[in-house]
Amino acid sequence: MARSFLPITDFAPSKAGYRLLPFRFHRLDKETEILVNECGEFLLAPLGTAERVVRRKLTPVEDIYPTLKAKHFIYDDYSSSLLDVLASKYRTKFDFIHGSTKLHIFVVTLRCDHSCHYCQVSRQTVNKGEFDMPQDVAAAAVNMMLQSPSPHLTLELQGGEPLLAFDTIKYIVSIAKPGAARLGKELDIVITSNLAFLTDDILDYCKTERIKLSTSLDGPEFIHNANRPRPGGDSYRVAIDGIKRARRLLGADQVAALMTTTQLSLQHPNEIIDEYVRQSFHTIFLRPISPYGFAIKSSHRTGYQMDAFLDFYRAGLDHIFEINKKGYNLVEIYTKILLQKILTPEGTGYVDLQSPSGAGLNVLVYNYDGDVYATDESRMLAEMGDHTFRLGNVLTHSRAKIFTSPAFVNLLQAACNQSLPGCSDCAFQPYCGADPVYHHATQRDMFGHRATSGFCKRNMRVIEHLISLLHNGNPDTQNILWAWVTDRNLTEIRASLPQ
Amino acid sequence: MRLHTAGTARGFGKPIVARITLEPLPAGERKDAALVLPSLDQRPNDFHGYAAVIVKQEVNGRRFSAPLVHSVRDIDHLNSGHIVVLESANGFIRTLYRPESRHNTLFATERCNSNCLMCSQPPIDKDDAHALTERNLKLIDLMTPAPDYLCITGGEPTLLEERLLTIVAKLRDNMPSTYVHMLTNGRRFAWADFASRFAAVRHPNLSLGIPLYADHAALHDYIVQAWDAFDQTILGLHQLARHGVETEIRVVLHALTIPRLTNLAEYICRNLTFVDHVAFMGMEHIGYAPRNMNELWIDPVDYQDQLESSVAFLARFGIDVRIYNLQLCLLKRSLWKYSKQSISDWKNSYAEACQDCSVKDQCGGFFQWNTKMQSRGIHTIAPSEI
Repeated sequence: MARSFLPITDFAPSKAGYRLLPFRFHRLDKETEILVNECGEFLLAPLGTAERVVRRKLTPVEDIYPTLKAKHFIYDDYSSSLLDVLASKYRTKFDFIHGSTKLHIFVVTLRCDHSCHYCQVSRQTVNKGEFDMPQDVAAAAVNMMLQSPSPHLTLELQGGEPLLAFDTIKYIVSIAKPGAARLGKELDIVITSNLAFLTDDILDYCKTERIKLSTSLDGPEFIHNANRPRPGGDSYRVAIDGIKRARRLLGADQVAALMTTTQLSLQHPNEIIDEYVRQSFHTIFLRPISPYGFAIKSSHRTGYQMDAFLDFYRAGLDHIFEINKKGYNLVEIYTKILLQKILTPEGTGYVDLQSPSGAGLNVLVYNYDGDVYATDESRMLAEMGDHTFRLGNVLTHSRAKIFTSPAFVNLLQAACNQSLPGCSDCAFQPYCGADPVYHHATQRDMFGHRATSGFCKRNMRVIEHLISLLHNGNPDTQNILWAWVTDRNLTEIRASLPQ
Repeated sequence: MRLHTAGTARGFGKPIVARITLEPLPAGERKDAALVLPSLDQRPNDFHGYAAVIVKQEVNGRRFSAPLVHSVRDIDHLNSGHIVVLESANGFIRTLYRPESRHNTLFATERCNSNCLMCSQPPIDKDDAHALTERNLKLIDLMTPAPDYLCITGGEPTLLEERLLTIVAKLRDNMPSTYVHMLTNGRRFAWADFASRFAAVRHPNLSLGIPLYADHAALHDYIVQAWDAFDQTILGLHQLARHGVETEIRVVLHALTIPRLTNLAEYICRNLTFVDHVAFMGMEHIGYAPRNMNELWIDPVDYQDQLESSVAFLARFGIDVRIYNLQLCLLKRSLWKYSKQSISDWKNSYAEACQDCSVKDQCGGFFQWNTKMQSRGIHTIAPSEI
């Protein structure tokens, strides 16, 4: 029984035309615009394309018609439009919401030997009692952390300088670990320290308890020492010595470093990056200064405009590309996070660039006195007398009370860029986040004014820069960006490509 | 390579699946054996207990104690350990399984719910599900030792419905370490219930090869000649991924798939990131393909750029890519490393230009039938070209 074949005209939409799925667009240059849909899928097209799409000027015979269908910008009556697939992509992008708060920051003491210009909270005092976390507070905070539904928790111990309150750390770990085990939760523990007080005993303890270390490295000696003064003026030597000893005992991947960009740093992107290579780090995070606390007060020393930071970032990124091309694998973390959002169907767990914002939903900060804050920046504001983001206190409030507090409800209203003025119709919304704490701190308004927002400016310009590199960058630059997204190095990605 | 022969059948009605033996067996070991003999002359005439006896010579008028196929055209290709099926109606003896081959298959059904323009094995609308399933279940029982690799093909295997689950469960129980590769259009898995029942069999070593020809419904559906096929295949792939069933995407390269090949690569990276790998396949010139050649033919040397950029897109994203059925002399040098020898031994052949080629041993060669429709790029590769 021979079968016959149907003509191609039997497989076409009717004359009824097409309908739109949610998407946004943005002009990139004189010729090109970018269209981005709800799941971050994008299309570069000639200027005016979005208008033609919206005005129903497209015809099914144009090449762009099936492309727009395949990328979920439009649909017609020929196929089901696979809305379930779109839904599952959307779910994947927002998977980070699942399980609620994962990162729990414990401020075990405010005491610190450093007096960094950009630090908001540290206290140079020897009086232990005043600024250390008491045991009853620690126990209640651990208890609240364990109530989080997430099966995977990260406990970050910071300060001040947390190693000045090492007994408190030991107490917290001693109750958090069995507590997590009892509930079948995974628990990662990190100590964020300047490493000045890193004794061999402490290292042994970290090894036994499988605790990771995170420290600050602002660049070469002259920058690090200038940014991070301490008695003796040797913060660089102390940090490097600590990093080396910690790596030897714990393993190289157990020690991470973060940098903060000050006015001084802005002039030296290459030197800072080279310092990271010299110290054998394979990641670097070109991070602008937070506009909080002492950073605002001392703006004459550290403050700068976002434009200056963006120049620093772009120059730094170019230098990082060169380093990768020479065969050393170095990843810029912020770029990698954004690329994951732009190029892959996955979301990211990065709490500072999310919508709904990570504040409270993905991070909670337990201050030494038991006050609970939505973010680390929130408690820095509090140290300056602004308690807007204090959600409650572990001694007097339940987890439910924290999450229904007026402070948290107010914050939530400004936590979704999907509904923020200036964001709701922005093409880059799926790649960006909401930061009510930043906008409150800088503009006295959680919702914020996008036209004058440093947060907005930074992300718009960085995303534009990355999209331009992805399409006009030289092949090796593109390969480096793809290598970062797929957790490979340049050699590996080259080997995987036709050549 | 000969895989079937025929003779005159007598003494049985239903098809018999049996394992060939060239040597007589003791009485206790004959139940599943088909004894092959050139003639009855030199042997003791004790055939009691054999599943069947196959004789090249004519056997006349004698009473016979076992099912018999005699006057068989050719018995030289039948070797001990091969498994055959004997048909009573026409005396056909088909080889179903050769333990020495790496390309053994279970042929599930001749029916299909698609009707692809380039189908190499056009479907036949007859209800063979019961008969073929009986045959396949028996075949699985006789496959000892278990093969390393087994392919389930058709037609469209999922049309067997429950019977397919029975076959996969039997493979799981009898030969759990045999890697099973099933060729299916994946459409039936769009129904969550079927996908979850299939996954619930929990075969430990199974992968589904599922074709996808375009990044949008209208073109894919036209190529497979079935409305809703694209939507069903995409949903099916997602259902299978949800249940942790391993899948690969197969793309046949021809004039209808080439223009949107890079779009398809991008679509896979965005929508089907979970697939184990993507295989780009040269077209076979058999079955429906010759009939639709006007629409389908593009010389492989003329689509190397599109193929290269599609491969690059997937590889950059970290998805494993393979190229099947294309001769190395047609592939850009940059694509050689993706090329896999994939043509089953019994379909494989080489052209005249291949005889002195310096990469003949690395090349997949041709499908027998493809030597008739050759690319203008076929040539002998000199050692200096490598």
